[in-house]
Amino acid sequence: MVVRIHRGQLGEKMGRNTAAARSPQREVVEEVVIRFAGDSGDGMQVTGAQFTQETAIFGNDLATFPDFPAEIRAPVGTTFGVSAFQIHFGSHEVRTSGDAPDVLVAMNPAALKVSLDDLKVGGMIVLDEGTFNRRNIAKAGFDSNPLEDDTLAPYQTLRLDISKMTLEAVKDLDLSQKESLRCKNFWTLGLMLWMYDRDRRATVEWLNKKFSQRPEIAKANVAALNAGHAFGETAELSSNLVGFTVAKTDVAPGVYRTVTGTEALAWGLVVGARAAGLKIMLGSYPITPASPLLHNLANLKAYGVTTFQAEDEIAAVCSAIGASYAGALGVTSSSGPGIALKTEAIGLAISTELPLVIVNAQRAGPSTGMPTKTEQSDLYLAVYGRNADAPLPVLAASTPTDCFEVAIESVRIATKYMTPVILLTEGYLANAAEPWRIPDPDDLPSFPVKFRTDPEGFQPFARDADTLARPWAIPGTPGLEHRIGGLEKDSVTGNISYDAENHQHMTDVRAAKIAGIARDIPQQEIQCGEETDVMVLVGWGSTFGPINQAVRQAREEGHSVAHIHIRYIVPLPSNLGDLLNGFDRVLVPEMNNGQLLTLLRSTYAIDAEGLNKVSGRPFRVSEILDAIRTRMGDAS
Amino acid sequence: MTGTATGQLTAKDFTTDQEVRWCPGCGDYAILKSVQRTLPELGVRRENTVFVSGIGCAARFPYYMSTYGFHTIHGRAPAIATGIKLANPDLDVWIVTGDGDALSIGGNHLIHVLRRNVDVQILLFNNEIYGLTKGQYSPTSRRGTRSPSTPKGSVENPISAAALALGASGRFVARTVDTHQKRMPQILRRAYEHRGASLVEILQNCNVFNDKVFSHITDKNVAVERQLHLEHGKPLLYGADDSRGLRVIPGKFELEAVTIGENGITKDDILIHDETNRTLASLLAVMEPPALPVALGVIYCDPAPTYGDGVRQQEEVADSEASLENLLRGGGRTWTVME
Repeated sequence: MVVRIHRGQLGEKMGRNTAAARSPQREVVEEVVIRFAGDSGDGMQVTGAQFTQETAIFGNDLATFPDFPAEIRAPVGTTFGVSAFQIHFGSHEVRTSGDAPDVLVAMNPAALKVSLDDLKVGGMIVLDEGTFNRRNIAKAGFDSNPLEDDTLAPYQTLRLDISKMTLEAVKDLDLSQKESLRCKNFWTLGLMLWMYDRDRRATVEWLNKKFSQRPEIAKANVAALNAGHAFGETAELSSNLVGFTVAKTDVAPGVYRTVTGTEALAWGLVVGARAAGLKIMLGSYPITPASPLLHNLANLKAYGVTTFQAEDEIAAVCSAIGASYAGALGVTSSSGPGIALKTEAIGLAISTELPLVIVNAQRAGPSTGMPTKTEQSDLYLAVYGRNADAPLPVLAASTPTDCFEVAIESVRIATKYMTPVILLTEGYLANAAEPWRIPDPDDLPSFPVKFRTDPEGFQPFARDADTLARPWAIPGTPGLEHRIGGLEKDSVTGNISYDAENHQHMTDVRAAKIAGIARDIPQQEIQCGEETDVMVLVGWGSTFGPINQAVRQAREEGHSVAHIHIRYIVPLPSNLGDLLNGFDRVLVPEMNNGQLLTLLRSTYAIDAEGLNKVSGRPFRVSEILDAIRTRMGDAS
Repeated sequence: MTGTATGQLTAKDFTTDQEVRWCPGCGDYAILKSVQRTLPELGVRRENTVFVSGIGCAARFPYYMSTYGFHTIHGRAPAIATGIKLANPDLDVWIVTGDGDALSIGGNHLIHVLRRNVDVQILLFNNEIYGLTKGQYSPTSRRGTRSPSTPKGSVENPISAAALALGASGRFVARTVDTHQKRMPQILRRAYEHRGASLVEILQNCNVFNDKVFSHITDKNVAVERQLHLEHGKPLLYGADDSRGLRVIPGKFELEAVTIGENGITKDDILIHDETNRTLASLLAVMEPPALPVALGVIYCDPAPTYGDGVRQQEEVADSEASLENLLRGGGRTWTVME
């Protein structure tokens, strides 16, 4: 067996010195960013997810970024058909999926072409040279064979004929050539698991479960996985290929698992509904990237969840409103274009003052935009996007695990204040995974709903003096028969009213009810830094990781800079204005053209500045760090 | 079904203190009266009954019923009603809608509530006009209808509510007329008793914007010749002394009106109404004068499992009240970090 390591650099880099490279000693590194990239049919998302699982079980903190094309099966070998999965893991806390990969696994020329510019100079490339034929090279848009020209000169390249070695590994299993080749992602995974000293057991378990109906497929993939791993072990002894060790992250004790934002969101909704003592009725219509929430909740019937795949977005939200009216927790989920369609119905829920949770997994827009790419450009839509004065609470999740808590909070606010709540998440958060310390069920909150049952003195729009919420009186309750609707209604009886003063009063009270929620949410904290710092970076949503990391690095460089991250967008925390006024400069990084910026400027009349990115990809830490350096000048 | 603790209810128990605001002479009054009269006879409980409407003249209906009521947004009543039934399958849910509400802006929802067979009653007030917005032509307006938005006459073909309902796999389709105060309660009862989605098209006169649009069917001097009142298992007879009837034209898949005693036609040649026959229903649904009478009564009724049945079946299979412990730990690999 010959491992060709080009440019003769790899051993030096990986082993630091030749002696170390020749021994099976692993090199210790603090953190690594790996990108798995291949054709959309190459199974890169599965590979990445399994590597993530093994890494989490090993005990590293991590963050992931799955990045896949809109096409279900784009033409094989094209750059637009490249599917990628990036994982950043380390022995310290990991906040982002990483600016630039240290290692690129490229399953074909197109994957190499798409990711090469992102790779760190001096980074490692593991590629399947079996796919580098003239046709694939041309399809990827290379003018000449990158394995033969100087394209790969700045990098350490591990050229392996993965296709051939996979076929070899499964040759005794009586599979077709096509089926055999489909195992090559597991061969690659096996090699990478060896390289970073991860276990394979969870993957084997997963394969056996996944292919329980087709055990021969499970067996082949396990064989490929083991062969890839064995290749690493053997090559380590016979060549200068080295493995690495990334020490466990020091984390709080407890039981952990990995979760994606979608899973955390689904479980948060279930936990929230339990806390309220309600069943969930999710009305939803398939849309990227929100559909996984529908799929997830559809599997949770045992937890009091009913899911309804409606005929369209409007029916989806309307069914949820109907369910809330009848005493369940109505939930609807979608992405921007679908939320736009739901707008009128959300106004109905505001007007009839019914609880409702609206999940918006934002994607890049406008119109159909880039469905599989991430963005946070529906803040205006959430805050302002309805006819007339129609306020509602808006919350935003900042990390995959944060989706859990924000979901519970959304349910609490919706039911306590009898109002629809918009929960903003992002395509990036929905798909990304991170380790999660599972909460003790005894520590979960409880906020039971009390339906009105007493007919004595019942008025559908008489309000609680504290919350300004109207009573929740559900059909089936004797003596409380009443009528509600979208027409303006009398402030007590709920009967239709065109009275001028009544409309003024109802408009005011709807606004006051939402504004009053500010008394019932936590004060804004500073995530990093001090009130006395010169500049503050204010973010919301998935930019948490890169902003936080950039601010930490800037502080290490000596810059007087802090980070504030906003979860409650409507109403804003009551101390936020004072906090922001204490800084000389306010910089608002957002993956939109300045939406939170506008909200902050209009709310507090402060001279905040935007840092905006709408490329369909998350911020890099370096982009934010550079923005800080530019504004702060030389570190003091 | 039993009445409330106070005993047998009357029509008056189903009225509210809200002033009815339809135009004087509107056909909606007669429908409201018929529904208020029928509900006590069905033995329903007020607290268990929900009227859901969209937007339009008909949509004011819930405000006049002393049951639970939800006046929603244009066209969406079937979707809201579906959510209500999913949250509480024990409620009796009635949808009140119009031709614009159900067949134009809400056409999609109507199709799907029928297709899914959600257990609701849909009362579709068809006056072939937009009343509340002051008289524009509607999706059921006939070609040539002059209106503020079609000053030279509509150039569109009307939709048939009954044919659409059959096409959408509806399992109960009936038709009646606002002024038919004796027959309507019977049809409302049938719709109520039918498990699944039931559509009742009610031909309703808008005396302000589309007066007498059904007079070619409903006028006293033509009614007997232009209305066929369907009865399951009975021959499709109409006209004075049941002198006329329907038969299939020999050699063609088409209905024709024939006169008993003419051209050797006897009662034995007349088709028998079978309300479970979908093919026959599709022919009856689209009959129009002058060639054929308008079919009134239950055009089609063939019960099938409801949407709620299917949903509940799956929920019963799932174990009830699974623990949060299972939710948060189950289905994935966990690991423990020690102190």
